[in-house]
Amino acid sequence: MKKTILKKPKGFIDVYKHKAGAEKDRTHYCPGCGHGILHKLIAEAMEDLDIVDDTILISPVGCSVFAYYYFDTGNFQAAHGRAPAVATATSRANPDKVVISYQGDGDLAAIGGNNIIQAANRGENIVVFFVNNAIYGMTGGQMAPTTLEGQVTTTTPYGRNTDTDGYPMKMCEVISQFTAPTYVERVSLHDAPHIRKTRAAVRKALQNAKERKGFQFVEVLSTCPSGWKMDPVKSMEWVKEKMLPLYPLGVYRDKGDEARVINRPVPIMEPATVWEKLGISADADVDFPRGDVPEQYKKMSIRVAGFGGQGIMVTGQALASVALEYGYNVSWLPSYGPEMRGGTANCSVNIQDGVIGAAEAVKPTMLLAMNRPSLEKFEESVVPGGTLIYNSTLIDIEPTRTDIKVFAIPITGMADELGNTRVQSLVNIGAYAAITGAFRVEDIVSLLPKLFKGKKQAIIDLNAKAVKAGFDFVKENF
Amino acid sequence: MADAKYPRSEVNLDKCKGCGLCIAACPKKVLVFSSKLNSKGYHYAEYTGTGCVGCGNCFYNCPEPDAITVYLRNYDPEKEV
Amino acid sequence: MARMLMKGNYASVYGAAMAGCTAYYGYPITPASEIAESAAALFPKLGRTFVQAESEVAAINMVYGAAGSGQRVMTGSSGPGISLKMEGISYCAGAALPCVIVDIMRGGPGLGNIGPEQSDYNQVVKGGGHGNYRCIVLAPASCQEMCDFTFQAFELADKYRIPVFVLTDGVIGQMMESVVIPEPVKELPDKSDYAVFGTPLNKNLVNSIYIDHDDLENWNLELLKKYKAIEKAEVKFEEYMMDDAEIALIGYGSVSRVLRTVVDDCRAKGLKVGLFRPITLFPFPKNEIAALPGRGIKNVLTVELSTGQLVDDVDLALSGVIKSDLYFRLGGNVPSADEISNKISELYGEVK
Ligand SMILES: Cc1ncc(C[n+]2csc(CCOP(=O)(O)OP(=O)(O)O)c2C)c(N)n1
Ligand code: SF4
Ligand code: SF4
Repeated sequence: MKKTILKKPKGFIDVYKHKAGAEKDRTHYCPGCGHGILHKLIAEAMEDLDIVDDTILISPVGCSVFAYYYFDTGNFQAAHGRAPAVATATSRANPDKVVISYQGDGDLAAIGGNNIIQAANRGENIVVFFVNNAIYGMTGGQMAPTTLEGQVTTTTPYGRNTDTDGYPMKMCEVISQFTAPTYVERVSLHDAPHIRKTRAAVRKALQNAKERKGFQFVEVLSTCPSGWKMDPVKSMEWVKEKMLPLYPLGVYRDKGDEARVINRPVPIMEPATVWEKLGISADADVDFPRGDVPEQYKKMSIRVAGFGGQGIMVTGQALASVALEYGYNVSWLPSYGPEMRGGTANCSVNIQDGVIGAAEAVKPTMLLAMNRPSLEKFEESVVPGGTLIYNSTLIDIEPTRTDIKVFAIPITGMADELGNTRVQSLVNIGAYAAITGAFRVEDIVSLLPKLFKGKKQAIIDLNAKAVKAGFDFVKENF
Repeated sequence: MADAKYPRSEVNLDKCKGCGLCIAACPKKVLVFSSKLNSKGYHYAEYTGTGCVGCGNCFYNCPEPDAITVYLRNYDPEKEV
Repeated sequence: MARMLMKGNYASVYGAAMAGCTAYYGYPITPASEIAESAAALFPKLGRTFVQAESEVAAINMVYGAAGSGQRVMTGSSGPGISLKMEGISYCAGAALPCVIVDIMRGGPGLGNIGPEQSDYNQVVKGGGHGNYRCIVLAPASCQEMCDFTFQAFELADKYRIPVFVLTDGVIGQMMESVVIPEPVKELPDKSDYAVFGTPLNKNLVNSIYIDHDDLENWNLELLKKYKAIEKAEVKFEEYMMDDAEIALIGYGSVSRVLRTVVDDCRAKGLKVGLFRPITLFPFPKNEIAALPGRGIKNVLTVELSTGQLVDDVDLALSGVIKSDLYFRLGGNVPSADEISNKISELYGEVK
């Protein structure tokens, strides 16, 4: 519809109710400030595109920190530089809304530099209006990343020196390096024809956003009469003379009809479906009946130790997993940290009724030593009357303790004989079952598909053989 | 021909901050600074009363949402709701 | 029962998923990375959002956006990452946004190491960020509690519109235990009174600025009222063998598990030792600790994996009425039960 009147657009709030103080009918911006001009273009476009009630605007920290005073949209006020991060989550939470990240040059190019780059690269469904006024307005005129070479600011009192302060940052050029952005354009507010072009760019970006077409970036060369210490009309001339040559106007990216619509998933919240999707089932528990377990094996604190790659962690986890199905409380604690990279590994497993205290088996009731350094390191720690299982294939020394039960088992050798060294872990479980009487072989075997979820049947079968081999070896030899 | 009253620019004098951008942008030079001050102490902009062509420059150059209204050529107060 | 053997880090994310958390934003850091990894594995299956943010700073600001949009949202990290989040947490507190932050503490300061420590206590429990704010802090000591407390954290966060921390260390994050998965929530709280959806249902604004001095003072007083209400209603702690105890051991998280073993060992030797374990660190069980001397406790030994952060709160509560001691280990070292028992004999040899 053709306009018959140009007046305060509906994108603005009638009375600026959020604004502090008495002046609730005018903006807080200085006379002639470019922010106000851009605000009007955005508010008008929102009205014309009929998206006022479907827009969420993120105000930055900078002079436009109070943009939320004016726009009759949903509003967030974000931390300095973080508007793209806030916009990201807001857009993910409200996929059908237009989300605007409105930012100044300090906010966007300095403190929030990484945030804007990453949001652009993710191709978030957001519109960024980037006000480049070559200075920090709000804090009183300090240098911005976009400040021109030689430009005097309060922190470049002798003019921006590129040797010490670097060069003005060209954000459209940066943003258009990425694959994801849909539309990137630099426009200017320095005279009426350019304001019309800015108006068109604003509308295009918002129209794209309304269609959920990804990341829209409009850089607006603007004025800061107060920070520049220039009257508003002169400021416009300054943009034309000084900024335009450095910041070429134009479209840096326009995917046009190629632009994809970015859709977001709808969260599943229905309780039964949530469990189903995660494979959680209330009747998956096995609850094997317990056999006769001698007193000394009822409360177990086990240290499993060896080289990385010897299935140390798997042995520990398998012990805990099987014991769990007999209704024991279990814990498994890996040694983690620099040791992990150094080749030795150990873990602690507790199996008992009642609350488990310290998780680390500092004084184990059982040590399962898979290599010589582990035997040497942990043999002393075993409690008197405790149990030692050691891998006699690789350990060529005799344990020294005489007050503990010792089981020398050629664990690696047996696994090798079965055709795969990696089944050592299940040889261990079989041996543990035989020594303690805590697990039955057939129970363990029945759990293997769960323990090796997604593995081939052949692997499961081989591990079943390993369990039996470990069990039988103990029964036959001790 | 439409009512000679339109097109016309109207400055809301109390909301004007006297920045002068509309005056600079007007192709017909029909906006001027008032010699008077408004309640905020600004020399506000004023329409001289004739010559506006309804280009809208003043409206779009003005940073204040509500300081300038431009009634365009086809404006008809009867039809406005 | 749906029982699963899993790491504490995973348990936390299961708890979150069951609590109806619809978005996870985080940045990897050992020993908390598995929280992000498990969210990355679970959330897409549920049509929920997982984003690996570009930094912890970004992550917490994404949390701010999601919380302000009415979502149940969470992030997880460890020491250095938590430090980076502080500004954002202050914004969440200032805007009264509910969210859940899991901190799996590691060794510091600086890059420190990835071993377990409890040295984030001050920054997490006392605020850490700028301004007068508090976060509710829950300190789980088992994988089941990682799951349950994360679930409860969402409930508390919404009840009080406040950031809630689940604070534990690498031991609890990395260990595996049997976890009973709770039923998923059936209904989420209605947030239409404050959440921003674009369409105006309410003020349609999330912010933390109050330019007018009186307004900001009043807002702070509102927050203070909320913190007082939390201190009244939400204190949680656990006692073990405290009824006839003369020595109280105080510790939280993984340390409290070692202390339980110490209590058993000491009781076996006839020493009247008990365990007092704060479960909420804010609100701190200060009244309960202040009451210990009146219950026959003669000595209090605080054990922590930091140089004396928890003990400050213990001492404030005891206000010098009885002797309070501190034992700590650092740098990823966890004290053994024997080590602590020896300390007890050394300090209180005369107590029988
Ligand atoms: C973490 C943080 N650091 C510094 C500040 C102070 N600060 C407020 S606005 C601003 C610069 C704003 O400049 P710009 O983004 O260019 O916006 P303008 O005011 O020019 O519109 C700074 C440094 C802050 N609020 N927060
Ligand atoms: S300081 Fe500059 S940017 Fe800020 S309102 Fe004033 S003119 Fe605008
Ligand atoms: S509408 Fe155009 S011609 Fe009329 S006053 Fe405004 S700028 Fe001048």
